[in-house]
Amino acid sequence: MDGIHDLGGRQGFGAVTHSPAEPAFHHHWEAVARALMMIVTDAVEASGGEFRHSIERMEPGHYLTSSYYEHWLTAAATLAVEHGLVTHTELEARAGGRFPLSGPLLAPPVADGGADVGEPRFRAGDRVRVREWHSPGHTRCPGYVRGKAGTVVRVDGTHSVPDIEAHSTGRRYEPTYSVRFDATDLWRDGQYGVCVHVDLWDSYLE
Amino acid sequence: MSEEGHHPAALSPVEQRVAALEALLTERGLVPEGFIEEITRRYESEIGPMNGAKVVARAWADPEYKQRLLAEGTAAIAELGFGGEEGEHMVVVENTAAVHNVVVCTLCSCYPWPVLGLPPAWYKDPPYRARMVREPRALLAEMGCQLPGDVEIRVWDSSAEVRYLVLPQRPPGTERMTEAELAGLVTRDSMIGVARL
Repeated sequence: MDGIHDLGGRQGFGAVTHSPAEPAFHHHWEAVARALMMIVTDAVEASGGEFRHSIERMEPGHYLTSSYYEHWLTAAATLAVEHGLVTHTELEARAGGRFPLSGPLLAPPVADGGADVGEPRFRAGDRVRVREWHSPGHTRCPGYVRGKAGTVVRVDGTHSVPDIEAHSTGRRYEPTYSVRFDATDLWRDGQYGVCVHVDLWDSYLE
Repeated sequence: MSEEGHHPAALSPVEQRVAALEALLTERGLVPEGFIEEITRRYESEIGPMNGAKVVARAWADPEYKQRLLAEGTAAIAELGFGGEEGEHMVVVENTAAVHNVVVCTLCSCYPWPVLGLPPAWYKDPPYRARMVREPRALLAEMGCQLPGDVEIRVWDSSAEVRYLVLPQRPPGTERMTEAELAGLVTRDSMIGVARL
């Protein structure tokens, strides 16, 4: 989905609030949220794709104004409700107030994952172009490279396609490629001497 | 770590939500005894940038190890005992006088947990994810990493299964240091690529 999570290249954000030495957890609740996320994804057997998509479905305003540990909490609670471990009513009763969950799935379930792609179509040095395609569901193809041309720098073996595993019990395996894009090909205001590498599944490429 | 979770009257809304989910999952028998404490301990004392620093120091001290690290990152890192979730497919990219590498995850928060631990908040926040692929030279300078204009910048967006570790340049004047002393010089930021040493 063309969700708020797909942040690469968006403008208007200010300075990075950076501190060189940050603890793993600033507050106890963050460690608990981390643990609950692991417990829920285990209990419902969520794939990486399904888990990430449950964060991507957060309401955009909530996404942008909450920390990543709150994203994990929201995703854990959303999956727990969707898989019937708890109900939203129970969560709000216990929390004594609103417990915002992620929005509904926009993409239908995928019944058949399709055929694996065993052999890479491309090698290092090949020029490739990213498909201009807007999935209603989960994808790991960032918006800022769609339709853009780049050069393969590395082939990384076959991996489960996120677009399938987020919406199916089936799996499809395809090679992934690390593709180098010159900044001046990505952005009208691309900075000189800059390239951006994006790792892409085979079916993301034309 | 704060102790504020022990005073129910002072719970913030997000703490109340965490407590609610924890209580309901505990009642359903899904929270193993001691699991939360174990996760906290693991990420506070076992898994963190001190692991990556050992990898970098070994690469500086041992040219053959460095070759293996750059050719087969996952296997070379496993030689030092590090690996596991979010570190199954490691690629190490080397900074030189002419090339600077920096890592980002524009879509979420992908990060090499076994060698760097959980990512710092700023790495997961929108400004860093939005800007690093579009204006890395300006953003790095803002973050205190001024690069000469002729240094090429290579940004790595961790959008699939590979996780990246930057091998920083060994600082001058460290020739006589032991590997342990070298590891003490290596910062988390230098292994993400937002700082040079």
